Amino acid sequence: MSYVAIKGGKAAIDGAAAVTEFLRGRDDSGEPLNLSAIECQLRLLTSRVVSEGGLYHPRLASLAIKQFQGDTLEAAFALRAYRSTKPRLLATPVQNSTNMRCIRRISSAFKDIPGGQMLGPNYDFTLRLLRFDLADEDPNEFRSIARKFLGALPEADLPDSFPKVLDALRAEGLLPPVAESRNEPFDITREPLVFPVPRSAALATMARAETGSLLAMAYSNMRGYGDVHPTVAELRVGYIPVMVPHPVTGEPMEAGEVLVTECEVVAMYESGKADCLPTFTLGYGACFGHNEVKAISMAILDRSLQKGMQDGPENPSEDPEFVLLHVDGVDSMGFASHYKMPHYVTFQSDMDRLRTTQGKARAADQASQMEVV
Amino acid sequence: MNIHYEFPLEEAGYAFGFLDEYAKKEVRRTILKAICIPGYQTPYASREMPMGRGFGTGGLQLTLSLIGTNDTLKVIDQGSDDSVNAVNMRQFVQLTCPGVEVTEKLEEATLIQSRHRIPEIALTETQVLVLQVPYPDPLVVVESSEARRKIMHAEADYSRLLVKLYEDIVHFNEITISHRYPTRINRHYVIDPSPIPRWDVPKLNQSPALILFGAGREKKIYAVPPYTVAEPLVFDDLPFRVEDFRDEHGQRRACTRCGATNSFLDEYSDDNNIKIYQCSDSAYCDGQLAQHQQREGKA
Amino acid sequence: MSNRILEVCGLSRIYGSGCPLCVESTGPENDTNICPHCGSVVAVHGVSFDLFRGEILGIIGESGSGKSSTVKMLYFDDTPTAGEAVFFDNGERHELFRQNAAQQRSLRNKRFGMVYQNPHLGLNFQVSAGGNIAERLLMSDLAHYGEIRRRAQELLLRTEVLPERMDQNPKTFSGGMQQRVQIAKALVTRPPLLFLDEVTTGLDLSVQAAILDLILEIQQELNTAMIVVTHDLGVIRLLAGRTLVMKHGRVVEAGLTDQILEDPQHAYTQRLVASSL
Repeated sequence: MSYVAIKGGKAAIDGAAAVTEFLRGRDDSGEPLNLSAIECQLRLLTSRVVSEGGLYHPRLASLAIKQFQGDTLEAAFALRAYRSTKPRLLATPVQNSTNMRCIRRISSAFKDIPGGQMLGPNYDFTLRLLRFDLADEDPNEFRSIARKFLGALPEADLPDSFPKVLDALRAEGLLPPVAESRNEPFDITREPLVFPVPRSAALATMARAETGSLLAMAYSNMRGYGDVHPTVAELRVGYIPVMVPHPVTGEPMEAGEVLVTECEVVAMYESGKADCLPTFTLGYGACFGHNEVKAISMAILDRSLQKGMQDGPENPSEDPEFVLLHVDGVDSMGFASHYKMPHYVTFQSDMDRLRTTQGKARAADQASQMEVV
Repeated sequence: MNIHYEFPLEEAGYAFGFLDEYAKKEVRRTILKAICIPGYQTPYASREMPMGRGFGTGGLQLTLSLIGTNDTLKVIDQGSDDSVNAVNMRQFVQLTCPGVEVTEKLEEATLIQSRHRIPEIALTETQVLVLQVPYPDPLVVVESSEARRKIMHAEADYSRLLVKLYEDIVHFNEITISHRYPTRINRHYVIDPSPIPRWDVPKLNQSPALILFGAGREKKIYAVPPYTVAEPLVFDDLPFRVEDFRDEHGQRRACTRCGATNSFLDEYSDDNNIKIYQCSDSAYCDGQLAQHQQREGKA
Repeated sequence: MSNRILEVCGLSRIYGSGCPLCVESTGPENDTNICPHCGSVVAVHGVSFDLFRGEILGIIGESGSGKSSTVKMLYFDDTPTAGEAVFFDNGERHELFRQNAAQQRSLRNKRFGMVYQNPHLGLNFQVSAGGNIAERLLMSDLAHYGEIRRRAQELLLRTEVLPERMDQNPKTFSGGMQQRVQIAKALVTRPPLLFLDEVTTGLDLSVQAAILDLILEIQQELNTAMIVVTHDLGVIRLLAGRTLVMKHGRVVEAGLTDQILEDPQHAYTQRLVASSL
């Protein structure tokens, strides 16, 4: 039989699944990946997947990473699909990120900030030299890393909350006053985007966007297709308590905490509305997990999109439709993959059009030659 | 990290029809709206499904929201029940909808999900056809902004689409749109009828069966309700043409397998590089073949 | 029945936030259209006029006088901050600025025509010259390919575009030829009202003359009412029976073109006429 599979589709799918599984099991170490190892040792990978999956569940994210052999797009996708099976039971009230239990907090706008800069975990100032000693790590030594670190930790009395850098700028009148939004935030999992969309819809879409796509769009603005010229007023990473109303009393209670990266950028100022003085403009980014590049990109795009919504887009990164409809990893990877599916029928139809058109052109050609003769 | 977290049991992990009931309810409400406004692209939230966007997640959400244990489902892709994607979809529905019958026979099916084809044999009033849609908006070729496209649809302003057809005729003496042929529903909205060939477009007109279109990635559902006018967008003086299956002598090609001369044919080459033509609708082909064999048996 | 086709009353357009002092601090007497108090631009203020069937009205002024803004508002390219305009068509009254967007687009597509100075605004450079004309016809619900071709051919012939160029992209045409295609496109639906915004600006003198002759001939054939916006007295002299002179957003003088040219009243018009002699 030929390439056209009239029968045998099921066998092919089963075979493909078996060989994919084989490639995972071929590992000579004989050790299946442990979910805790993925969640901790590959914590940034897990962070990326919870963020793009739009579901804060590091353990399921680790499972997805294991199952899809490290493909972040597929893993985030699996989380989203899992989320589709769960009803939305309630919405949390607005969470105040001042209450974040910070593990890292920096500002590039000021040398020092109230509460202090806190470098925390990052690779920004590490040399990107391969550490060959990690290639064959001694398990005992590995186990002592955390113990040693905690043992050497001074008894510091870290505060539970840090003031926001922006609050100081706002007190000075350099920022626009906070607009009280009376609208419910837009839930992109329950409502489709119909343009124009509110800012909350844009923020929610970007919060679970694919990191690389978001970075590419923001980078275009940074390089010159746009003019946000951001300064990072504050970037913080840490745990925010999730408050939910008690099912009986309605009183807010802490249901747990989520690791969040938050970035606030200050951008070039614009003339004030009505009688107000000109002020700096702001961009905001936040996402699940520890994803600094994503949060910064999102903050820049938030600013550029606000500009586009106000004055009309002059660059791709200022166009809400262009940005928001092209940054979702699950949508874009799915569509790119679908081109691998059979398209026999449509291609047959394409050939029919081309042959008919060629036939007509040939006939016209012959007719004109006859005339010449 | 919550070390006490227990994973859900395999069978408890997913409910009947995979989606949660709120999601299915929303899809059903959207379907009702889509039926009320024939051809209008009704936005809905569109959940992520466990298969890729573009693989039929829109169609699948329709199927899962409509299906019940008294339904019999047929799934086809490229006209075939056994193509990889159709098998995959069918397996998924069987897995998540216990009690639902599946079939390859068109006449047994109450619900048919298809990609790129409408079955050759006419559907009936008791059947619903769900088509998977990659691009719901026919205007996207002339206008990239969705906000502006919505206005054009509302005003039934399809002049720019017609200009594209005009230009085709000027440059190629022929309309070059092969599949996804823009089709006007109930004399107002023009739809993208999904990547069905032109061969299938006339089947939309006055169809006894409800035809639903689901675009998962673009988050739109639209419908051609039963017995509704569906007209391909053409000029008054240039007729719409379906694919031409005549050979160089003007003879209609027949299916190499069943001999049918009234079906949409797939064309491919065998190992000796000889062109083979075969019914794209595999169930139709099987049916024709069975009839021949029966007749020969009698003879 | 009155022969009036358009009645414009108190048309105004302010760009910016505006303030109570905007109007009194701008205009010809203040020699500016920018409000010194709030920085807003008073592009057009209090423009009123009538237009009659088959008449050509000229609006002349230097750049920034508000002449193009006036026409853009009437063609719905821009929205006025104040003022009314009524379009009389087949016994119906259309209050232009009280219509919804769909009604405005319908008038624009079917009953008005516009020829812009910049052909990029009036022509679709993705399709052929004929396709541009087809688009206008298709908008007005003609869907007969043969008839569309015939009407397009006829119009292009009338506007002196070579027939063999009909199926070519106007991108490849000269500036004068592009304007001819724009005129053909604007006229193909036989609109009773046509706007012409600096249509000959930037063209060679001989081309200018040919296009102006063409406009005049067509106006006489079709009896189309036209509003011609220009900074060029020569264009007014040739085309317009009546003229409005604008400066800093205001009409400073209005009347029969011959009278304005012979006996200009306003100091600005006097300078304008003197400079062109």
